[in-house]
This record gives sequence, structure tokens and C-alpha cells, in this order.
Amino acid sequence: MDKIDIVLEINGAVHEATVEPRRTLADVIRDDCGLTGTHIGCEHGVCGACTVLVDGAPVRSCLMFAVQAEHKKIRTVEGLQQGAALHPLQEAFIEHHALQCGFCTPGFLMLAVGLLEQKPHPGDDELLDVLSSNLCRCTGYENILTAVKAAAARMSVGK
Amino acid sequence: MSAGARDSRGTGIGVSVTRLEDRPLVTGRGQFAGDISFTRQLHMRIVRSANAHGLLKNIDVAEAKAVRGVVAVWTASDVADLPPIDFREGPNEKLAPFRQPVLARDRVRYVGEPIAAVFATDPYIAEDAADLVAVEIEELPVIVDAAAPVAEFPGGLTTEATICRQGYGDVDAVFRNAAHIVEIDVAIGRHSGVPLETRGAIGRYDAARDVLELHGAAKVPHRNRESLARMFGRSTAAVHCYEGQVGGGFGIRGEIYPEDILVLLAAMRLGRPVKWLEDRREHMIAANHSRQQRHMIRAAVDAEGRLLGIDDRFFHDQGGYIRTHGTRVAETACGILPGPYRLPNFRVQCHFRLTNKTPAATYRAPGRYETNFVRERLMDAIAKTLGLSRIEVRRRNLLQPADMPHERPLTALGDEVVLDSGDYPGLLNKALTRCAWDKLEREVKARREKGELIGLGLAMYVEKSGLGPTDGVHIHVHDSGDVEVITGGASVGQGFETVIAQVCADKLGVDYRRVRVVHGQTDRIEYGIGAHATRATVMTANATAVAAEKVRAKALDMASQLVQTEPSRLSIIDGHVVRAEAPDAPLMTLGEIASNLRPTSKTRGDREPGLAADGWFNTAHMTYPYGVQIALVTIDRGTGGVNIEKMLIAFDVGRAINPVLVRGQIVGGFAQGLGGALFEEFQYDERGQPLSVTFADYLMPTAHEIPKVDVLITEDAPSATNPLGIKGAGEGGIAGVGAAIASAVDDALGDIATVTALPIKPQWLKAVIDAHAAASA
Repeated sequence: MDKIDIVLEINGAVHEATVEPRRTLADVIRDDCGLTGTHIGCEHGVCGACTVLVDGAPVRSCLMFAVQAEHKKIRTVEGLQQGAALHPLQEAFIEHHALQCGFCTPGFLMLAVGLLEQKPHPGDDELLDVLSSNLCRCTGYENILTAVKAAAARMSVGK
Repeated sequence: MSAGARDSRGTGIGVSVTRLEDRPLVTGRGQFAGDISFTRQLHMRIVRSANAHGLLKNIDVAEAKAVRGVVAVWTASDVADLPPIDFREGPNEKLAPFRQPVLARDRVRYVGEPIAAVFATDPYIAEDAADLVAVEIEELPVIVDAAAPVAEFPGGLTTEATICRQGYGDVDAVFRNAAHIVEIDVAIGRHSGVPLETRGAIGRYDAARDVLELHGAAKVPHRNRESLARMFGRSTAAVHCYEGQVGGGFGIRGEIYPEDILVLLAAMRLGRPVKWLEDRREHMIAANHSRQQRHMIRAAVDAEGRLLGIDDRFFHDQGGYIRTHGTRVAETACGILPGPYRLPNFRVQCHFRLTNKTPAATYRAPGRYETNFVRERLMDAIAKTLGLSRIEVRRRNLLQPADMPHERPLTALGDEVVLDSGDYPGLLNKALTRCAWDKLEREVKARREKGELIGLGLAMYVEKSGLGPTDGVHIHVHDSGDVEVITGGASVGQGFETVIAQVCADKLGVDYRRVRVVHGQTDRIEYGIGAHATRATVMTANATAVAAEKVRAKALDMASQLVQTEPSRLSIIDGHVVRAEAPDAPLMTLGEIASNLRPTSKTRGDREPGLAADGWFNTAHMTYPYGVQIALVTIDRGTGGVNIEKMLIAFDVGRAINPVLVRGQIVGGFAQGLGGALFEEFQYDERGQPLSVTFADYLMPTAHEIPKVDVLITEDAPSATNPLGIKGAGEGGIAGVGAAIASAVDDALGDIATVTALPIKPQWLKAVIDAHAAASA
């Protein structure tokens, strides 16, 4: 299959890659751009481990081709940290034991960042609805919900 | 503070510190199997059987081989020199004929069985080429029911691989004379761990060192190294396994599967690193399934409901082959079935049957999730038969604290069952009080009278943990003052590094953040038994305590010479040596003591070089935590959906090293258990075709399905088998869920139906509710 040249903007940095058009965004982020924090859990859009933000909206990067993401702003888990300072969501996940194996964590973090940036004070039901779009096999979710609520509170105080 | 007391700045045993593991994980810097890559690596794709049972007539690989970028395509004839995959515990002559070949030879026995392996320069190319491998299979009749009559697979192989038997006493006699005999026929569905990270393996042969390396190892790296060395005829000195981050273990990850062998062989033969990542569909049909059993069990009870004997006959659905665990799940099921009750006579026989399904092995709480469901269903049935409350029938049968230690002439995981300590009635009382059971019963009654399908259920169970016999660690203090604990334990995401660091911190007198825990690297320590059977904390933590005490003694001995004070008058606080009477005046750091103990140090004297020590811990038997689970559920008449209004899990862990992590294990385990109770099932059609191959048809609970869980962690019965008093917590959350939910749903159904199988799916509930409504109309 013929390859084409693409340019992706990920976490503010420009990445050039030569890829087959069928190559998924998740694979290109991981293998061509070397950002392996975005994980692949099912490749059929259910588990959400591969969630990234594309122009601010959470996207399953396993269901999008890399060529479709050109000229868009992509954000991954690697972009959350500012220097040595963790993002409030990252801190809250550690604080509230919201991860065990950590495989689903980047997807949950990006899902929650996408939500809280658009809606800083989601109601409990809405939060549950949004977070139930990703799968976690370790925690039983309770601590993830707690962490996102705590981060939401911290982020709105910071503003 | 008295002399000899130690201080880890409040980060030692019993403190809920945050995890050392988390920072790389929340920043996307973990090294999961998929994140590991080597220069010039090849990618492997497996061609799998599309038929459940058949004779392999022809495999045409020509077209696949012709694809640009394909380096090799192998079938069974290319790996004829490899033996089938052996059992972890070593050779077993009786079970040997049932082992799985690395690539199918002459016949296939389940959909998903590896038939050919394609190696290419890119994973997309490997997958394209695999699609071009033409496989011709002559279909044979399939067996999908383990309770069907014993049959024969081609080659004269019986489908009843073995019958596991355990028991004691005179069962026939008590059944002849019992006041009541209560009999049930119950089944547990096929489900499994299904971690979010699929399997992955990277094989690399380092010709410069003549070392064969397996990266992406998990769970039991040291055990696997020994198995791999046997299979490849290499010295263990020339095989190493490397564990990175592991995206969930749950029993199924980290066993040796055909794909692990193939990447290693290919790395040697093709002279390039070989990477394999499983996709989700493959995972659902190729990684170990678990659980599926059908029990025909009966109890002989006296007029007051006391157990006189249990007689169980069950069918274990093993799938197409016997993998690394051998018959361990069935054996554990037999040995653990009596649970927390006094049982004078017992007989169990397991028909260990092969079927044309994915091979089965362990999933978190193997043998217990199943038998807890079976036994607790039986206890509920006894209560019903005798008109007793479900609480009362349990109270009359529970082992008492005075019965401990309680020896049963049974084995689980090859270990004689000796219940080491426990106050089972005490925990039941605590749980009933905590959830206000009597009040809940009244509420249930009132709401039921108003027409709701509402029920309350409970389950009691004994867990097992801390499988020995021996574990060792090496602790080394660097000149920087940083402490390295090197262990052959493993991390599957449970917080192993943090817990071991806390124990080391506590015993040595340092902050846990100064402790690095190195695990799962076979080239760093010679022995290890990994993370399985809820053994890691019990075994490795106790070994760590032993080693840390030795390092502390050595540090104080060296310090005593340097500051001219008796060792007994010195202490170590937050990594500094202090005089006991002046704990706030640090004299020197552990790092400085380590410098004084360097091989070239003039102050070292005759002491062994290095501020370091090995610590070994031995145990004769496992240790047995125990739990009570209580559920309040409602059933929606319209949809058959089950809503859990209240869930309580009371669990005694002897001693909690990090209570927040213990709670995390319990709640997380509960969520998995709920999946198996209500949603998850690997279904097959009558031709042996798997029907649950995506997350759209294998339903794992989301945040919506998991209720708030009330967790009561108790430390009433410290383990009698280890100095720290620890009992493992890894499987306590999941073990009783099927039992408790079944009891509650059953209570809600009243006379509509009896729950005899897991998962309790909405389709079934709606059908029985509708049928009952139609019959009563």
C-alpha cells in the first residue's frame, strides 16, 4: 500500500511521518511518534484506553486514521505534565488510588481532561455517564470518580 | 522513643501512603509490553484455527511468504523439535498427552488454536500475510458440554483427562442416616480475567552474551525462566525474563503460552528481535479462560441443620488442552470447598474434562469463586429445606475460634489445608451489625409487600493466601543512602513495590520513598516465585523484613565503631543513625555507613563488604483470610436488570500493610466478581464457535454497573504462619461475589425461580419473571 507524508501536531510539537492511509492514529502516535503513553486495549472503540484529545474533544485514537488528524491539535497523556508539575488530575489519581495496573489510566485522564475543560463543574450523573465510556479492570471505578471530582474542585479553585 | 525503636517518617507498616508505582503510570512513561521495542525487530502474527475441532489436511503458506516484508512463515513442521508446553510444576506423565503443542499438528481442538506464525518487518504486513495462509480443515464433531458422556478425540485421547478425588470420613454412612438430604445442581459460567492490556511478548537473542531474553514477562518470571530453559535445552544461566509494567494480571497473564515460545525460537533462528502483541479478539479466544464447572452436590444434615457430610461430583470444563497449571484449579476447588464450616465427612470428585473450547486455567480466586458459589447455594438450600434463616444455618455450622488451627485432610495448591486462625462468627456479627441486617430485612419485607422484587443475600467464605514454601530477597544500601530491595516477586499492578518498600522502611528505619523495589528481573536475583495465589505480600514482605533487620543490625554494628557507642544505644531514624536518647541529632546517614563498608574501606575491619543482606522466609502452610459479603438487590420486572442497592464486604487480612491498597484490591476484585455474577460469559454455539469475541459481546462492568461498596477490613486474626501476621488481600474481594449476588437475587425472586447458574443474565430473569406472571394470571 502506498505511503503518504503527514504532519501531526501532538502536545504542541510537530511530528512528520510517512504512513499508509490505513494506519490508525493510535499506532502512529505510539510507533511513529514514540509517544507510548497512549495505550491500545481493544482496537474496536469500546475500552477507551487509547483516548486522546483532538481539537479538545476526547477521541478513540484506535478508530481514527492518522491522516484524518492532520491540521488538528492532538493532545496525549505526555502533554499533561508542565515541567516537573503534574496536572491536577494526575495528582488526584495518585492521591485517591485511582489506578492499579495503570494501563487504562492515560485514557481516563484524557477523557476527564476533555470533560473538565469543557465543563468544569459536571454533575454527578454526568460525570458517571462520561466515565462509564472507558473500561478499567482493576479499580472498580469508585476511586476514579473520587479523583476526578477532587481534581475538578482543585482546578476551579486554581482559576 | 525507646532504644531500638525505628522510624520511617510514618511511611511504614499500617500507613496508607501513596504508591511509588504511580508517577510513571500517570505520565505515560510506563513500559508495558507494547512499549518495548528493539532495533530491527520483526513482528509476529498468528494464524488461528477457525474450526473448533478438525483434522488439519493442508496449510498453504506460499502466498503469504511471497508478500514483501515477510521474512518467514512457520507451521508445525518448522517447530517439530519443540516439545509441547509443559506444566509449571514440572513434568507430569499422566497429563502429558493433553499438553498443547506450540503450533497445531495434524488436528485442531478449539477456535483460536495457533496453526501458523508469520514473521514480517511490520505488524500490518504480518497481519495481511497471515490472512493469505490457506488452511484446510476436515471438521469433526465437537464437544461443548463437559458433562456429556466421555468421548475420544482423534489419536485415542480420552476427553476425561483425569478424575480428581479428595475427601475424608464415611460419607455413605452419614447419608444413610441423615435427618435431611439437600441436593442441588448448579453451574458457573465460563469467564476470565480479561486484563485491559492484552498479552505481549518480545523475544531477543543476544549472541554476544549467548542469552535468550523474554521481555514483557509477568507474574512468574523466574518459574517461566526454568520452564523455558527446559523447553529449549538451555542452561538457566542463558535464559532471562524481564518484567516491565503489567496491565493487569488476574491469573491469566504471564503464563507460558505458544506465542512466548515462538518469539523466542524466532529470535534465535531469524537473528532479529521478534515482537508479538495480541489483539483483543485473539485475547478472547486464545488466552486462558476460566471457571466453567457444573456441580451436583448434596449435603446430609441433622434435624437442626448441622452438616454431617457433603458429597460433591463436578465437571470441570478444561477446553482443548491442559496448560501450565495442570489440574490446579480443580484440585483447589476440591480442597477449599468446605469453606468456613465444620464438616465431619466429605467426598468430592472432579471429572476433569476436555472440550472443544479455549483452554482454561486460573482467574483470580480460582476454585474459590466457583466453590463459594456452590457451597453457599447449598447452605441457602439447607436453610430453605429446614425452615431456618440463612444466618442461623451458617451460625450452627461455623468453625469457632477455639477450633483454630483447624486441619483438614485435604490439599489446595498441593498444600495441606490448615486453617491457621480466624473468628468466623465474630466477622459475621460485625458484618450484620455494620449493614444493620435486621433493619434491612424489615425494609425488604415492606418493599416486597408493595410489589418490588427485592432481596437480601449473604455469603461466607475462607480465602487462601501466602503459598510458600520459601521466598528470599536481597537488600543493598547504596552510598547515596538509597535502598534497593531485589526480589523475585512480581508486580501485576497491585502495589507490590509500595508495600515491600513500606515493610523495608519500617524495619530498617528509612522513608519508603528511599526504597527502590526491583522485581521480575531474573538476571538480578536467582530465585523467585512471582505474584500468584495471593502470595506476594505474605512471602516477599516477610523475607524483606528478615533482610531489613539484618541490614539494620549490620549498620548499627558499623556505626557503633564509628561513634564509639554500644549498638543497643543507637537507632536508625529516617535513614540516619542517632543516639537513642537524642533522636533529633543525626550522627551519620545510612549512605555514609555504606561507604564505610565498601570493599576498599579501611574502617570496615573484618566485616563482610557492603551494607547488604539476604533474607529468607519459610512457611509450612498457606494462611487463610476470610470474609463475609452481603448484598441488597432489586430486579426490574420489565428488563430483568439487577440493581445493587447495597454491598458490604467484610474481610479479615490479619494485618494490613497499606489499608487504602487493601481496600483497592477488595473493591476492584468485587467489580470483576460482579462481572462474572451478572454479565460476563464466553459463550459458544453448538459448533464450538465462540460468540464472545469483542467487548461488545463480552460485557465487562463499567462505572455505571458498580455500586458503592462498603468495605470493612478487620485485623482480628493475624496469621499464625508468619511474623508480620499478614494474610493476603488480592482475591478476597472477588471470591464471594457470585455467591452473595446469587443469594440476594434468589431472595428477590422468592417463589418465581431458584438461581442455579452464573452469570444471572437479564434474559433469564425476564423469562422466569414473565413465565411466573403468565402462570399466576
